[in-house]
Amino acid sequence: MAEEKQDVELFSAGHRACGGCGPALAARLLLKATGKNVIVVASTGCMEVFSTPYPETAWEVPWIHSLFENAAAVASGIEASLKKQGRSEKIVCICGDGATFDIGVLCISGAFERGHDITYICYDNEAYMNTGIQRSGATPYGASTTTSPTGTCAPGGNPLPKKDMPAILAAHGAPYVATASIAYPNDFVKKVERAINTPGPCYIQVHTPCCTGWGFESRDTIAISKLAINTGLWVNYEIVNGVVEKAKKVRRVPVEEYLEKQKRFRHLFRPARQDAEIAKIQAIADANAEKFGIDIKLRKPAE
Amino acid sequence: MALGVGCAAPPGKARDNKTGSWRVFRPVFDPETCNRCGMCALVCPEGCVHENEEGMFEPDLDYCKGCGLCEEVCPKKSIRMEKEEK
Ligand SMILES: Cc1ncc(C[n+]2csc(CCOP(=O)(O)OP(=O)(O)O)c2C)c(N)n1
Ligand code: SF4
Ligand code: SF4
Ligand code: SF4
Ligand SMILES: [Mg+2]
Repeated sequence: MAEEKQDVELFSAGHRACGGCGPALAARLLLKATGKNVIVVASTGCMEVFSTPYPETAWEVPWIHSLFENAAAVASGIEASLKKQGRSEKIVCICGDGATFDIGVLCISGAFERGHDITYICYDNEAYMNTGIQRSGATPYGASTTTSPTGTCAPGGNPLPKKDMPAILAAHGAPYVATASIAYPNDFVKKVERAINTPGPCYIQVHTPCCTGWGFESRDTIAISKLAINTGLWVNYEIVNGVVEKAKKVRRVPVEEYLEKQKRFRHLFRPARQDAEIAKIQAIADANAEKFGIDIKLRKPAE
Repeated sequence: MALGVGCAAPPGKARDNKTGSWRVFRPVFDPETCNRCGMCALVCPEGCVHENEEGMFEPDLDYCKGCGLCEEVCPKKSIRMEKEEK
């Protein structure tokens, strides 16, 4: 049964995402996990725009879009209504990082406070891509965007750290919070399955590199997402009833290996190498590794 | 008076839009070396790589955008990107 479900393609080809789009892959994987018994709620952003230019839609399940900021409120209403009617559909929000970290926080907080049985997924491409690469609360430290440009006044790009959204939602008492990445498609599918089958409001944040906004070749989307994990700049973990579990361990590589492959970090290497800035980003990765205990410790060979 | 709110579209109507015309490079699959791991089909953002009756993987060129992700993830180097002749 599960096998069968995985083979059905519920997110159709013909959508207008850029070739190699990370969020497009996440949308496909999401529907592999949910199957047909789902109602999807979207926010305004790349995924909404590339999957539903009227009169086309790539979604083969019920899907609704209202505003940029209110997906969690729309989902709350749908959930309350379905519950009253005794219906079984799962309700899943799939929203960008701008929608999630910035403009939608009010509605998300309300939905999680009220305890609606919904799964809220943020596809994190680390900026407002649909409107032309403006920084969001999810943009990592040091990334250049059109609203955190590099120049003589701000040689380092985005001056602020990435907001810790999973911790904010775990603090709401969410029974299940997880981070995932399209680098590990099956892990993401499993986490979505777990979230939709956990009663109460659950949150998943999935790392979805954007070749257009980050500045790398479309064929490298998976390689870039793997490097984010292997440098420790992205950590895959679960928070179950407030307790961090199963952080993915790695043999870390220096952050430069990730940074130098993307135009949004090019200013760190050209025209002159900015060692101090690179060291700050390395420190963020080191702090992540420490916090989540992801470093694989080399064992001494047995005698 | 009943009020119609918003717009609706038939499921999967996006298939009308043949994105294969965007392609600059085309993936060419070599069935000889393929180990049928299915990675190409799993990661294609278009969901346009399918297993045919012989159990071989092939792209649907009506939709393939030529992004090259399948070539990158193939563990057997069975996929080669070739410039489209137009
Ligand atoms: C209230 C409101 N403000 C601004 C916009 C313009 N707008 C549309 S999409 C978007 C950015 C979406 O960013 P994100 O949520 O990160 O999704 P992405 O496009 O990156 O996938 C903005 C600012 C809007 N639609 N509504
Ligand atoms: S800009 Fe980025 S997120 Fe938007 S469709 Fe293109 S690759 Fe996908
Ligand atoms: S080149 Fe890209 S769009 Fe074409 S089959 Fe490969 S992964 Fe899919
Ligand atoms: S990824 Fe390569 S080896 Fe695996 S099924 Fe596809 S073509 Fe064959
Ligand atoms: Mg975004």
